[in-house]
Amino acid sequence: MSAAISYQRCTPCGHVWYFARSFCPKCGAREPVTSPASGAGIVHAVTIVDRAPTPDMKALAPYTLVMVDADEGFRLMAHGAPRLAIGDRVTGSVVELAGRSIPIFKRA
Amino acid sequence: MSWITGVGLLPFGRHEGKNTLDLMSEAAALALDDAGLKRADIDGVLTGYATTMPHIMLATVFCEHFGLSPAYAHGLQVGGATGFAMAMLAHELVAAGRLKHVLVVAGENRLSAPGGRDKVVETLAQVGHPVHEVPLGPTIPAYYGLVANRYMHEHFLSEADLAELAVLMRANAATHPGAQFREPITVADVLASKPIARPLKLLDCCATADGAVAFIVSRERTGAAAVRIIGAGQAHTHQHISEAPSLTEFGAHLAMDRAIAASGRKLVTTDADYLAIYDSFTITLAILLEELGLAPRGQSCSMAREGYFSRAGTKPINTHGGLMSYGHCGVAGALAHLVETQLQMTGRAGDRQVAEAGLAFLHGDGGVMSSHVSLIMERQV
Repeated sequence: MSAAISYQRCTPCGHVWYFARSFCPKCGAREPVTSPASGAGIVHAVTIVDRAPTPDMKALAPYTLVMVDADEGFRLMAHGAPRLAIGDRVTGSVVELAGRSIPIFKRA
Repeated sequence: MSWITGVGLLPFGRHEGKNTLDLMSEAAALALDDAGLKRADIDGVLTGYATTMPHIMLATVFCEHFGLSPAYAHGLQVGGATGFAMAMLAHELVAAGRLKHVLVVAGENRLSAPGGRDKVVETLAQVGHPVHEVPLGPTIPAYYGLVANRYMHEHFLSEADLAELAVLMRANAATHPGAQFREPITVADVLASKPIARPLKLLDCCATADGAVAFIVSRERTGAAAVRIIGAGQAHTHQHISEAPSLTEFGAHLAMDRAIAASGRKLVTTDADYLAIYDSFTITLAILLEELGLAPRGQSCSMAREGYFSRAGTKPINTHGGLMSYGHCGVAGALAHLVETQLQMTGRAGDRQVAEAGLAFLHGDGGVMSSHVSLIMERQV
């Protein structure tokens, strides 16, 4: 099972962002529109985590974390398939991993 | 105007059996002695936080324990930038005529506390966003690993380049008896060290330590030490790396521009005789040196390789060994940089003494390049 990554947009000023809020962090307007993203984007940065922070995540290590610039204009941190690199076109969705809902991307 | 009249620095490493208050008290006693002051002379106290002793009133807890009843006291928190932010606030309070002698003190038994390094890694990872970052399993090195990957890509830095900064900090630490790690290392050693959050490896990372630091910021000199803070500034651009405006342009230069403006002087960072720059990771130091105008973009590491930042070089930096080799015990970590600066400026750095230390620029960051504090220190002639 997977779900779409969601993001927010401010109707008055057009600002787009990822961390959910009840207002626009740029202009302060209320009631931003929350929408599902296409999942398409480009890898902006990559790290491979060998030293995990918690016992449950240690079971998954090494794992890849990426920063992705979504086509809709927001940036997010996510899990990535192995060997992703800066500039790769990717597609992503939210999946259940170690009991959490986690956005994950693979090469498009 | 404010003077740094006394400093106290403990060796960093393992202080088995001592807690945060024990360590803070030892450093505070050293600073008082160095300044020639008594407990009753201290009218202000600033502390940071201690991950091994979370408390909503750490300053008061410390004052009670150490035997102080100041007119002004509280804690302050901006992650790794806390130390220099406390120095800035002490400076502002003293310069405004509000207080006479402010004790700034920090310490933590971060290494020897129950849980050790594992607990530290887990606790510090919580600086990430609780919904959109922490569940992914990042660590502080992972946040910086992302930054490193992007910065290296844009500015053509290699892992071997970054390793030069770890080698430099270790070479500096080799001359300080209080440093946690003193055995010299090579670029090959850094490259072969255990991967942590690639491209960052163990020797690219700061060292978890027990330790403490204290210093006193005074309105008037109390003895021979004639070192003053002439400017301070901050910049805060984001908290989480996911919301950072950029992974390659941060707020360091904004903070330093404000510190220079506050000094009222026409200064540039390359006027510095001595540098104290936060080095939580090799990439942190590279970016800060470049953003502060001390090296062109992408060239800090090659300049380090050529000796430009070495003790006998043009711009000596962190001669005690920095967070990477003197050690990192939280808030006190960056304060060791400040103490080393004061020792250099007062000619008391022993084997580590640099040729000239009349003017020093200091910079620290907290979070993931999120909060920046710059200080400028000058020796009165």
